[in-house]
Amino acid sequence: MDFGGVNPVLLLASLMVAATPIMLAAIGELVVERAGVLNLGVEGMMIVGSVLGFVAATGTDSAWVGFVVAALGGAGMAVLFGVLTQFFLSNQVATGLALTLFGLGLASLMGQGYLGIKAPSFPDWHIPVLGDIPVIGPIVFQHDPMVYVGLGIVAGVWWFLNRTRGGLILRAVGENHEAAHGLGYSVRRVRMLAIMFGGACAGLGGAYLSIVRVPTYAEGLTAGAGWIALAIVVFASWRPGRLLLGAYLFGGVTVLQLNLQAAGVAIPVEYLSMSPYIATILVLVIMSAGGAPGSLGKTFHASR
Amino acid sequence: MLRRTLMATAAATAMLGGMAMADGHEPVKVGFVYVGPIGDGGWTYEHHQGLLAVQEEFGDAVETVFVESVPEGPDAERVMTQMALEGADLIFTTSFGYMDPTINVAAQFPDVRFEHATGYKTADNVSNYSARFYEGRAVQGHIAGQITESNTIGYIASFPIPEVIRGINAAYLHAKEVNPDVDFKIIWVYTWFDPAKEADAATTLIEQGADVILQHTDSTAPQAAAAAANEAGAKVYTFGQASDMIEFAPLPRVSSIIDNWAPYYIERTQAVIDGTWESVSTWDGMDTGMVEIGEMTDAIPEDVRASAQEMIDAITAGDYHPFTGPINRQDGTVWLAEGATAEDFGDDGIAGMNFYVEGLTAEIPQ
Repeated sequence: MDFGGVNPVLLLASLMVAATPIMLAAIGELVVERAGVLNLGVEGMMIVGSVLGFVAATGTDSAWVGFVVAALGGAGMAVLFGVLTQFFLSNQVATGLALTLFGLGLASLMGQGYLGIKAPSFPDWHIPVLGDIPVIGPIVFQHDPMVYVGLGIVAGVWWFLNRTRGGLILRAVGENHEAAHGLGYSVRRVRMLAIMFGGACAGLGGAYLSIVRVPTYAEGLTAGAGWIALAIVVFASWRPGRLLLGAYLFGGVTVLQLNLQAAGVAIPVEYLSMSPYIATILVLVIMSAGGAPGSLGKTFHASR
Repeated sequence: MLRRTLMATAAATAMLGGMAMADGHEPVKVGFVYVGPIGDGGWTYEHHQGLLAVQEEFGDAVETVFVESVPEGPDAERVMTQMALEGADLIFTTSFGYMDPTINVAAQFPDVRFEHATGYKTADNVSNYSARFYEGRAVQGHIAGQITESNTIGYIASFPIPEVIRGINAAYLHAKEVNPDVDFKIIWVYTWFDPAKEADAATTLIEQGADVILQHTDSTAPQAAAAAANEAGAKVYTFGQASDMIEFAPLPRVSSIIDNWAPYYIERTQAVIDGTWESVSTWDGMDTGMVEIGEMTDAIPEDVRASAQEMIDAITAGDYHPFTGPINRQDGTVWLAEGATAEDFGDDGIAGMNFYVEGLTAEIPQ
């Protein structure tokens, strides 16, 4: 079952792995943006998560401890952003960019003693029965547990936003914070919780890179993955289902071009590499009216 | 208003720098521009070891500064200009893509000396220096061709420039020599440093049957990816690139090519202190120790280690040139006749090598 030397089963399987870190970071940012906050610090929170997770994982020899610590670290970074933007009313764009720069510096400082070490092993799950199904088994059911955790979070977010009262409140806060405030909801509290959730997800995404996908820590490990996550949120027009598609598209193009090259297919990789971004721009143009949460990026203060 | 202030500050800084230079200021200031972070574990790490060696050698007589993770392009020019304005006397720019920025900035600062790594342009105040990495690649190919069981060797290439193409050719020729069935799968990642992409490339190559991974990128990610594959039951070998990467020995890392810049950096700094600095082109290999082969681990069979050592000794002594004819180009035309060795420069020189040798099936991306 080879197409031009590329095995589609292996390709799709590695696509799921390649998409997981950006999917985790993007789903967190999606919740943040649906609450009306634009946090451009995803890259910074990711890299802090990747180094903290790696340090904890190698220290305790347990990848799971690493993921928990990474989520806490990412959330901690996000609290910093939340306090600055929600309580001191600083500009969200500038604060987010600052958070990215701060995160990159902090991570390279913390990672000093951890370069060139391999992460503890995090074996794939070979899910019984399901994993033995031909073709589909190796593609979907033979990955490491974090792939499924990521999918679970996406499904959970979809359910929360569309099927729960809490999700309705969060969306209300994001669409029109003054109205939500008038109804008696605490805009700050909802947003702080969303921001922390976003940070935790970004931290998990970063740790997935350093513990599973690479699996070692190097400075600048995320290399722009946080920015891709931000692009995916826009591509998905702030909907969890489309976000899944976006993450697989962005992740898929990466592994596809590597596979095609290794198979010796002469294809200009530049076009392939830019295709998801072109898709994002097209989506933005097509849905230029509507889509984005109404209060996205606006500062809220109860007195106004 | 703000811009005027900035310009005034820049002018004042320039004047201060000029004045300080005029009264023969001490210490000599040496700047380094790095393409990746100093913690990459490979290329930039090894250049930074050179900086540390300069500090060690000269102590208070020299002040060193460095800027890491500088993108190749306009940003590089800005960083170099800033360094020159801040009074650097000697600036090492350590990536191929810094070549034109270095030449441009050097033209504006005739009193500052520049050294550009791995390029080919020089000026009155610009030297270039590089190492004959292809000598190491030859040894790597010699070992790789014999330890591979799948006869498939994966190669993670960065940019299609002569430096990288030369490495692929040298490794391929020497793998082919010991194993006629060997096949190279080459992935261009178009980056010097992106751990996630490098790891993905390594994983892809392993999935497509490669059991030896050679890399021409700067991070240790391919090593870690191979180690993870080995934990999952594969048997993949790698070689450290630019630095020893000994943390991944004895498997997957079975040997390495080490770039030892320290002696060169010390020598050139000394020349600035003595006032004897001149623009030169340096291209050193195993003979001066600029290229070293890291310890070969027990994972390599003993006879292979022995023959690899013979090759190292022959190259070091100058008895063997890794590009010795007969060698044909990929299209079948003759490049080197029987017994001829490659020239460094000129139309057929290896400095500008832009073709694959016969036997490689892939195409160089244009």
